[in-house]
Amino acid sequence: MAEKSGMHMEYDINKEDFNSAGEASSKVKKTLNMLGVDNKVIKRVAIAMYEAEINAFIHGGGGMAVADIYTDKIVIEISDHGKGIENLELAMQEGYSTASEEIRMMGFGAGMGLPNIKKNVDELDIRTGPGEGTDLKMTFKLN
Amino acid sequence: MRVKEVAELLSAEILYDEISNDERDFEHVVAADLMSEIMLDTAEQSLMVTGLINPQVIRTAELMDVYAVVFVRGKEVSAEVTELAKDRGITIMSVCQTMYETCGRLYEAGLTAGR
Ligand SMILES: Nc1ncnc2c1ncn2[C@@H]1O[C@H](COP(=O)(O)OP(=O)(O)O)[C@@H](O)[C@H]1O
Ligand SMILES: [Mg+2]
Repeated sequence: MAEKSGMHMEYDINKEDFNSAGEASSKVKKTLNMLGVDNKVIKRVAIAMYEAEINAFIHGGGGMAVADIYTDKIVIEISDHGKGIENLELAMQEGYSTASEEIRMMGFGAGMGLPNIKKNVDELDIRTGPGEGTDLKMTFKLN
Repeated sequence: MRVKEVAELLSAEILYDEISNDERDFEHVVAADLMSEIMLDTAEQSLMVTGLINPQVIRTAELMDVYAVVFVRGKEVSAEVTELAKDRGITIMSVCQTMYETCGRLYEAGLTAGR
Protein backbone atom coordinates (compact mmCIF):
# COMPACT_ATOMS: atom_id res chain seq x y z
CA MET A 1 0.00 0.00 0.00
CA ALA A 2 1.00 3.61 -0.42
CA GLU A 3 3.29 4.41 2.47
CA LYS A 4 3.89 8.05 1.72
CA SER A 5 1.07 10.50 2.02
CA GLY A 6 0.44 13.78 0.32
CA MET A 7 2.86 13.16 -2.55
CA HIS A 8 2.32 15.78 -5.23
CA MET A 9 3.24 15.68 -8.92
CA GLU A 10 2.61 18.19 -11.72
CA TYR A 11 3.13 17.85 -15.45
CA ASP A 12 2.60 19.96 -18.51
CA ILE A 13 0.54 18.53 -21.36
CA ASN A 14 2.28 20.19 -24.27
CA LYS A 15 -0.11 21.05 -27.11
CA GLU A 16 2.72 20.97 -29.68
CA ASP A 17 3.80 17.41 -29.09
CA PHE A 18 1.41 14.54 -29.71
CA ASN A 19 4.19 12.01 -29.21
CA SER A 20 4.75 12.97 -25.60
CA ALA A 21 1.07 13.08 -24.66
CA GLY A 22 0.68 10.29 -22.12
CA GLU A 23 4.03 10.91 -20.47
CA ALA A 24 2.39 12.25 -17.30
CA SER A 25 0.34 9.04 -17.02
CA SER A 26 3.47 7.00 -17.50
CA LYS A 27 5.32 8.86 -14.73
CA VAL A 28 2.41 8.54 -12.32
CA LYS A 29 2.12 4.84 -13.07
CA LYS A 30 5.82 4.33 -12.32
CA THR A 31 5.49 6.20 -9.04
CA LEU A 32 2.46 4.16 -7.97
CA ASN A 33 4.38 0.99 -8.81
CA MET A 34 7.28 2.14 -6.67
CA LEU A 35 4.94 2.90 -3.79
CA GLY A 36 3.57 -0.61 -4.01
CA VAL A 37 -0.01 0.39 -4.75
CA ASP A 38 -2.30 -2.50 -5.71
CA ASN A 39 -1.88 -3.43 -9.38
CA LYS A 40 -5.60 -3.31 -10.13
CA VAL A 41 -5.81 0.25 -8.85
CA ILE A 42 -2.72 1.24 -10.81
CA LYS A 43 -4.30 -0.05 -14.00
CA ARG A 44 -7.50 1.89 -13.38
CA VAL A 45 -5.52 5.06 -12.73
CA ALA A 46 -3.39 4.49 -15.84
CA ILE A 47 -6.43 3.96 -18.08
CA ALA A 48 -8.43 6.94 -16.83
CA MET A 49 -5.49 9.31 -16.63
CA TYR A 50 -4.21 8.45 -20.09
CA GLU A 51 -7.62 8.90 -21.74
CA ALA A 52 -8.02 12.25 -19.94
CA GLU A 53 -4.53 13.32 -20.90
CA ILE A 54 -5.15 12.44 -24.54
CA ASN A 55 -8.45 14.36 -24.41
CA ALA A 56 -6.69 17.44 -23.00
CA PHE A 57 -4.26 17.15 -25.88
CA ILE A 58 -6.61 16.45 -28.80
CA HIS A 59 -9.68 18.40 -27.70
CA GLY A 60 -8.35 20.86 -25.12
CA GLY A 61 -5.23 22.13 -26.86
CA GLY A 62 -2.92 20.99 -24.06
CA GLY A 63 -3.01 21.67 -20.35
CA MET A 64 -1.90 20.32 -17.00
CA ALA A 65 -1.85 17.03 -15.15
CA VAL A 66 -1.70 17.03 -11.37
CA ALA A 67 -1.49 13.92 -9.22
CA ASP A 68 -1.81 13.75 -5.45
CA ILE A 69 -1.19 10.50 -3.66
CA TYR A 70 -2.51 10.12 -0.12
CA THR A 71 -2.62 7.09 2.15
CA ASP A 72 -6.30 6.54 1.47
CA LYS A 73 -6.76 7.86 -2.08
CA ILE A 74 -5.21 9.03 -5.31
CA VAL A 75 -6.51 12.23 -6.87
CA ILE A 76 -5.72 13.05 -10.49
CA GLU A 77 -6.70 16.35 -12.02
CA ILE A 78 -6.39 17.00 -15.74
CA SER A 79 -7.22 20.51 -16.89
CA ASP A 80 -7.06 22.51 -20.08
CA HIS A 81 -8.08 25.94 -21.30
CA GLY A 82 -9.60 24.70 -24.54
CA LYS A 83 -13.05 25.13 -25.97
CA GLY A 84 -14.78 23.11 -23.26
CA ILE A 85 -17.52 20.52 -23.67
CA GLU A 86 -20.81 21.86 -24.93
CA ASN A 87 -23.05 18.96 -24.00
CA LEU A 88 -21.50 16.84 -21.28
CA GLU A 89 -24.32 14.29 -21.19
CA LEU A 90 -23.79 13.61 -24.88
CA ALA A 91 -20.01 13.52 -24.49
CA MET A 92 -20.32 10.85 -21.78
CA GLN A 93 -22.11 8.53 -24.20
CA GLU A 94 -20.16 5.71 -25.77
CA GLY A 95 -19.40 6.40 -29.41
CA TYR A 96 -19.98 10.14 -29.30
CA SER A 97 -16.97 11.99 -30.66
CA THR A 98 -16.21 15.26 -32.37
CA ALA A 99 -12.68 14.11 -33.22
CA SER A 100 -11.42 14.68 -36.75
CA GLU A 101 -10.44 11.98 -39.21
CA GLU A 102 -6.85 12.96 -38.56
CA ILE A 103 -7.21 12.15 -34.86
CA ARG A 104 -8.79 8.84 -35.77
CA MET A 105 -5.81 8.03 -37.95
CA MET A 106 -3.69 8.52 -34.85
CA GLY A 107 -5.61 5.86 -32.92
CA PHE A 108 -8.07 7.96 -30.93
CA GLY A 109 -11.46 9.57 -31.37
CA ALA A 110 -13.78 6.59 -31.07
CA GLY A 111 -15.83 8.27 -28.36
CA MET A 112 -14.77 5.70 -25.79
CA GLY A 113 -12.55 7.88 -23.62
CA LEU A 114 -14.99 9.55 -21.23
CA PRO A 115 -17.16 6.43 -20.70
CA ASN A 116 -14.03 4.42 -19.96
CA ILE A 117 -12.80 7.08 -17.54
CA LYS A 118 -16.14 6.95 -15.74
CA LYS A 119 -15.90 3.17 -15.50
CA ASN A 120 -12.48 3.24 -13.88
CA VAL A 121 -12.77 5.99 -11.26
CA ASP A 122 -14.41 5.94 -7.85
CA GLU A 123 -15.38 9.59 -8.14
CA LEU A 124 -15.50 11.87 -11.14
CA ASP A 125 -15.96 15.62 -11.02
CA ILE A 126 -16.07 17.42 -14.36
CA ARG A 127 -16.10 21.17 -14.69
CA THR A 128 -16.56 22.34 -18.25
CA GLY A 129 -18.58 24.56 -20.51
CA PRO A 130 -18.31 26.31 -23.87
CA GLY A 131 -15.25 28.55 -23.75
CA GLU A 132 -14.45 27.59 -20.17
CA GLY A 133 -11.93 24.84 -20.71
CA THR A 134 -12.26 21.44 -19.07
CA ASP A 135 -11.22 20.20 -15.67
CA LEU A 136 -11.49 16.52 -14.78
CA LYS A 137 -10.97 15.51 -11.17
CA MET A 138 -10.67 11.77 -10.73
CA THR A 139 -10.51 10.07 -7.35
CA PHE A 140 -9.41 6.50 -6.70
CA LYS A 141 -9.85 5.03 -3.24
CA LEU A 142 -7.07 2.99 -1.69
CA ASN A 143 -8.68 0.08 0.17
CA MET B 1 4.08 -18.58 -26.07
CA ARG B 2 7.53 -16.99 -25.97
CA VAL B 3 8.60 -13.97 -28.01
CA LYS B 4 10.88 -16.16 -30.12
CA GLU B 5 8.03 -18.57 -30.87
CA VAL B 6 5.69 -15.74 -31.82
CA ALA B 7 8.33 -14.28 -34.13
CA GLU B 8 8.91 -17.65 -35.76
CA LEU B 9 5.20 -18.38 -36.17
CA LEU B 10 4.66 -15.02 -37.89
CA SER B 11 8.00 -14.88 -39.72
CA ALA B 12 8.38 -11.54 -37.98
CA GLU B 13 11.31 -9.22 -38.01
CA ILE B 14 12.18 -8.30 -34.44
CA LEU B 15 12.80 -4.54 -34.35
CA TYR B 16 13.67 -4.32 -30.69
CA ASP B 17 14.22 -7.28 -28.45
CA GLU B 18 13.98 -6.65 -24.73
CA ILE B 19 15.92 -9.51 -23.17
CA SER B 20 13.86 -9.47 -19.98
CA ASN B 21 10.79 -10.34 -22.05
CA ASP B 22 12.33 -13.57 -23.35
CA GLU B 23 10.96 -15.57 -20.46
CA ARG B 24 7.48 -14.11 -20.64
CA ASP B 25 4.67 -16.40 -21.61
CA PHE B 26 2.15 -14.67 -23.87
CA GLU B 27 -1.26 -16.29 -23.60
CA HIS B 28 -3.58 -13.65 -25.03
CA VAL B 29 -3.87 -11.21 -27.92
CA VAL B 30 -5.41 -7.77 -28.15
CA ALA B 31 -5.71 -6.46 -31.69
CA ALA B 32 -6.85 -2.98 -32.75
CA ASP B 33 -5.85 0.14 -34.60
CA LEU B 34 -7.69 2.23 -32.05
CA MET B 35 -5.73 2.68 -28.85
CA SER B 36 -8.94 3.52 -26.95
CA GLU B 37 -10.02 -0.04 -27.67
CA ILE B 38 -6.85 -1.47 -26.17
CA MET B 39 -7.44 0.81 -23.16
CA LEU B 40 -10.84 -0.76 -22.51
CA ASP B 41 -9.39 -3.80 -20.84
CA THR B 42 -6.37 -5.94 -21.47
CA ALA B 43 -5.50 -9.15 -19.67
CA GLU B 44 -2.07 -9.84 -18.21
CA GLN B 45 0.30 -11.64 -20.58
CA SER B 46 -1.26 -10.12 -23.66
CA LEU B 47 0.44 -9.45 -26.93
CA MET B 48 -0.72 -6.45 -28.96
CA VAL B 49 -1.30 -6.61 -32.71
CA THR B 50 -1.84 -3.29 -34.47
CA GLY B 51 -1.62 -1.47 -37.76
CA LEU B 52 -0.92 1.83 -36.02
CA ILE B 53 2.73 2.83 -35.86
CA ASN B 54 2.93 6.05 -33.82
CA PRO B 55 4.55 6.37 -30.37
CA GLN B 56 1.14 6.24 -28.65
CA VAL B 57 1.12 2.51 -29.39
CA ILE B 58 4.12 2.09 -27.11
CA ARG B 59 2.58 4.34 -24.46
CA THR B 60 -0.65 2.36 -24.56
CA ALA B 61 1.29 -0.89 -24.27
CA GLU B 62 3.27 0.46 -21.33
CA LEU B 63 0.18 1.65 -19.48
CA MET B 64 -1.65 -1.64 -20.06
CA ASP B 65 1.33 -3.85 -19.11
CA VAL B 66 1.64 -5.24 -22.61
CA TYR B 67 5.24 -6.29 -23.16
CA ALA B 68 5.25 -7.13 -26.85
CA VAL B 69 3.76 -5.45 -29.91
CA VAL B 70 3.37 -6.82 -33.43
CA PHE B 71 3.06 -4.24 -36.22
CA VAL B 72 1.19 -5.65 -39.22
CA ARG B 73 1.42 -5.06 -42.98
CA GLY B 74 5.17 -4.45 -42.92
CA LYS B 75 4.84 -0.80 -42.11
CA GLU B 76 8.02 1.19 -41.60
CA VAL B 77 8.46 1.91 -37.90
CA SER B 78 10.22 5.16 -36.99
CA ALA B 79 13.38 5.42 -34.90
CA GLU B 80 11.35 7.38 -32.36
CA VAL B 81 9.01 4.44 -31.83
CA THR B 82 11.91 2.01 -31.55
CA GLU B 83 13.67 4.25 -29.04
CA LEU B 84 10.55 4.59 -26.93
CA ALA B 85 10.02 0.82 -26.99
CA LYS B 86 13.60 0.35 -25.83
CA ASP B 87 13.15 2.91 -23.08
CA ARG B 88 9.94 1.29 -21.85
CA GLY B 89 11.15 -2.29 -22.14
CA ILE B 90 8.70 -3.36 -24.82
CA THR B 91 9.60 -5.89 -27.49
CA ILE B 92 8.46 -4.85 -30.97
CA MET B 93 8.29 -6.81 -34.20
CA SER B 94 7.02 -6.30 -37.70
CA VAL B 95 5.18 -8.73 -39.99
CA CYS B 96 4.19 -8.49 -43.66
CA GLN B 97 0.79 -10.13 -43.17
CA THR B 98 -2.48 -8.31 -42.62
CA MET B 99 -4.13 -7.96 -39.24
CA TYR B 100 -6.54 -10.75 -40.19
CA GLU B 101 -3.88 -13.27 -41.07
CA THR B 102 -1.67 -12.36 -38.13
CA CYS B 103 -4.52 -12.83 -35.67
CA GLY B 104 -5.60 -16.00 -37.46
CA ARG B 105 -2.22 -17.59 -36.99
CA LEU B 106 -2.02 -16.61 -33.34
CA TYR B 107 -5.52 -17.92 -32.76
CA GLU B 108 -4.63 -21.21 -34.42
CA ALA B 109 -1.59 -21.46 -32.18
CA GLY B 110 -3.89 -21.34 -29.15
CA LEU B 111 -3.64 -17.76 -27.99
CA THR B 112 -6.95 -16.41 -26.73
CA ALA B 113 -8.61 -12.99 -26.62
CA GLY B 114 -6.97 -10.60 -24.20
CA ARG B 115 -10.28 -9.31 -22.92
N1 LIG C 1 -10.81 18.16 -22.72
C1 LIG C 1 -11.81 18.32 -23.60
N2 LIG C 1 -12.05 19.53 -24.18
C2 LIG C 1 -13.06 19.69 -25.07
N3 LIG C 1 -13.88 18.69 -25.45
C3 LIG C 1 -13.70 17.47 -24.92
C4 LIG C 1 -12.67 17.22 -23.97
N4 LIG C 1 -12.74 15.91 -23.61
C5 LIG C 1 -13.76 15.40 -24.30
N5 LIG C 1 -14.35 16.32 -25.09
C6 LIG C 1 -15.52 16.12 -25.98
O1 LIG C 1 -16.19 14.93 -25.61
C7 LIG C 1 -16.20 14.01 -26.71
C8 LIG C 1 -16.11 12.60 -26.21
O2 LIG C 1 -14.86 12.36 -25.57
P1 LIG C 1 -14.28 10.88 -25.51
O3 LIG C 1 -15.33 10.00 -24.93
O4 LIG C 1 -12.96 10.91 -24.83
O5 LIG C 1 -14.14 10.48 -27.03
P2 LIG C 1 -13.07 10.91 -28.12
O6 LIG C 1 -11.93 11.58 -27.41
O7 LIG C 1 -12.68 9.64 -28.73
O8 LIG C 1 -13.75 11.83 -29.07
C9 LIG C 1 -15.05 14.46 -27.59
O9 LIG C 1 -15.18 14.04 -28.91
C10 LIG C 1 -15.11 15.96 -27.43
O10 LIG C 1 -16.15 16.51 -28.23
MG1 LIG D 1 -11.04 10.76 -25.77
